Formats: sequence, C-alpha cells, structure tokens
Amino acid sequence: MFSYTFQWNQALARLPRMLDGALVTMQIAILSMVIGVVLAIILTMFRRSGNRALSGFATTWVEIARNTPALFQIYMAHFGIASFGIHLSPYMSLLIGITFNNAGYLAENFRGALKAIPDTQTRAGRSLGMSEIGAFRYIILPQMLRISFLPMTNQMVWAILMTSLGVTVGMNTDLYGVTQDLNALTFRTFELFAIAAVIFYLITKAITLSARLIAARLFRY
Amino acid sequence: MFDTALTTNDLIFLAKGAGITILVTAISVVIGTVLGIIFGVFRYQVGAIWAAPLTFVLDIFRSIPLLIQLVLANAFLGTVLQLRFSGFTIACMVLSLYTAAYCAEIVRGAIDAVPVTTRRAARSLGMSWWQDMGNIVLPLATRVALPSWIGLALGVMKDSALVYVVQVTELLKSTQILITRLQEPLFLLMICGAFYFLISFPLARFGGYLERRWSND
Repeated sequence: MFSYTFQWNQALARLPRMLDGALVTMQIAILSMVIGVVLAIILTMFRRSGNRALSGFATTWVEIARNTPALFQIYMAHFGIASFGIHLSPYMSLLIGITFNNAGYLAENFRGALKAIPDTQTRAGRSLGMSEIGAFRYIILPQMLRISFLPMTNQMVWAILMTSLGVTVGMNTDLYGVTQDLNALTFRTFELFAIAAVIFYLITKAITLSARLIAARLFRY
Repeated sequence: MFDTALTTNDLIFLAKGAGITILVTAISVVIGTVLGIIFGVFRYQVGAIWAAPLTFVLDIFRSIPLLIQLVLANAFLGTVLQLRFSGFTIACMVLSLYTAAYCAEIVRGAIDAVPVTTRRAARSLGMSWWQDMGNIVLPLATRVALPSWIGLALGVMKDSALVYVVQVTELLKSTQILITRLQEPLFLLMICGAFYFLISFPLARFGGYLERRWSND
C-alpha cells in the first residue's frame, strides 16, 4: 500500500523559487488591498450620496462582487475584457479581479460599520461649518476604518488565498503558479504543494499576528 | 452579441455543470454542517487548551487556499495511498472539511452568545446536559448562527468553482470548455455569472432579512 517514496530533497531544492513566488503573491495581495480600500471608500461615499445613479452603480458592484465566485470575476477580468479587444497580462487580470472582489466585500463591511456611528456626529460637524466631504473625512472615516479593522484583516487573508486563482488565467510567477510549473517539471506533486501549503499558512499567520500588533498600537485609547 | 453559435445541446451541457455545482455544494454543506456542529460543541465543551489540536487542524483549512487543499488531497489519496477515489468524492471530502472548519467557528460563537445564566437556570431546574443543549441552547443559538450559516453555504457554492482542479466538470469549467470551442467568452461568462448570481443573491438577501429580524429582541 505504501509503495510511494517521498523525495523532499527535490522539492526543497526549489524552495528559493517558491519563496520568490510568495513575494509576488504578497505584492499582489497588498496592492489589491490598498486599491480595494480606496475603491471601497469611494463606493461607500457613492452609496451615501443619495444620487440614484451613483448609489445604483455602487450597489451593483457590491452585489456582483459578493454573489459570484472570485474565480468568475478573474475570468471576467481576463477573457471578458479581452472580447473588447483589451488584452491584459495575467498579472493585471488577477490584480483587477481580486481588487474588484475586495472593494465589494469591504464596501459592505464599511456599510455595517457606518451603522454604529450616530448620524448626529455628521450633523454636529456640519453645524460647526465643515463641508459634507470634510465631515466624512475627519469625523466618520477614522471611526469607520477603526470599527472595520478586523473584517479588513480577514479580507487581507482572503486576498492572499485568492491569488492562487491566478493560475487559471496563465499566471505563473505567484506562489501557486510557480509550484504548478515546478510540478510539471519534477512530478513531486505532494511534496511541492505541501511546501506551498506551509508557506501560505505562515503568510496568513504572519498577517493576522501583525494585524493584532498594529491594532494594539493604533487603538491604545 | 446576440448572434451566437450556442445550441440547445450546449445549454444542456451547461445545465449539467450547474447540476454538479449544486450537488457538490449540497453534499458538502450537509456533511460539513454536521461535522461543524460536532467540532463546535466539542471545542466549547472541553475548553481552549484541550481543544487546541482540533483548533489548529481546523485553522489550517481556513489558512490555505482551497485549490492547494484539493491538489494535496488528490495527490495524497491518489499517489501516496494509491486509493482509487473519483474526483467527485475527493471534491466532496475536501469541501466538507472546509465547510466544517468555518461552521465550527460559527457554532462556537453561537453557543457563546447564549447567556450562561440562562443555561445555569436550566440545569438548576433539573435538566440534563442534553435537555439543556436541545431545548435551551439550540433554539437560542440557531437565531445567532443561521444568518452566518447561510452566508457560509453560499460561500461554499462559490468556492465549489475550484473543484475543476480534481477533474470535476462543474458550471464554471463547462463554461470554459464552451468558451474554448465557441470563442464567445463574454456571452458565456454572462450566462454563468447570472446563474451564480440568481442563486446567491436571493438567499443572501434572505439571510440579511433574518439577521435584521432576529437581532432586535
């Protein structure tokens, strides 16, 4: 039954290349998260604006992002956009797909966080002579980001996990893509993917841990 | 865009893929929920220290991409243990454990949300542990857990799009096969996306409604 011999050396010899892949994975996740947060703030402002067209646009974005598979969104960003004659690199498609997803989920989190902030604060700010944008920027936004810090950490972990989907659009420089390539080269499927799994686990743990440290520092008061 | 080469046979092919998606989801959610309830109650009952090994294992399922879990399970069962499982079985097994890992977290949180005083009152009235669990905790915890559980089930349906990696042709994979043949990516992806959206959106809305309705008491 156990005729299989593990050959960890062959897989471990490729570790440096996989670590390079892990860097690309983290780069994509961080980029998509930064752009995603900015887009989510804009979407949240659209939804609060009271303008039918703007809030409709934002709601459509959020509902599509939350109700279709992330893999579908990445396909859309690659093959869907390609049918308009715009051919994106796998890196760009993956980044756009994950960013779209992040922005949708984060906007929903922000909406939940806003419920915890009384409307009277905006009115107080406006009475003091702040502009609409100013009141949002200086009173609402900081509290909103603070309340949704934990969901944002979760989303960051999700972003890391989602980068593995890039392989379906031909991405071969991220951790999963590199592992897949090495697998085609050496056929040590189990060993290689086990190592990739450990790297992914360590990355996600590092993120949750550092988020906890950052939270302890940021939210001292 | 409306001038398409899509035939009735292709639509049947897509419908079959959709059927597989729903089947995999249903099996995994049912098994995963049962396991998740067992794990969740166990973790609550024995305390953080004794449950640490289980917590660690379940945490792995939530910290590693599902794609890698599927590939690893496939490689481990297929080439290391030399067992002949179909891709469908492997997909269901991995997705069940994946569901169980998240469900255990929901269950534990829901039990935590039941006031300890209520449970003590029940035990003081002479109820056994099982009676307390079944008649007091279950109804109260369900209120807390159900909205997130609906979200989890929908999440599993969306994540089931990844089982193509163990040679299961579900909806997104059948769409991709048709794209390769017909070269109409946008149109076909729209159909596929609409299907996911039509299942997910109403249920997500229903979950949100339950959450709102049950939270203000």
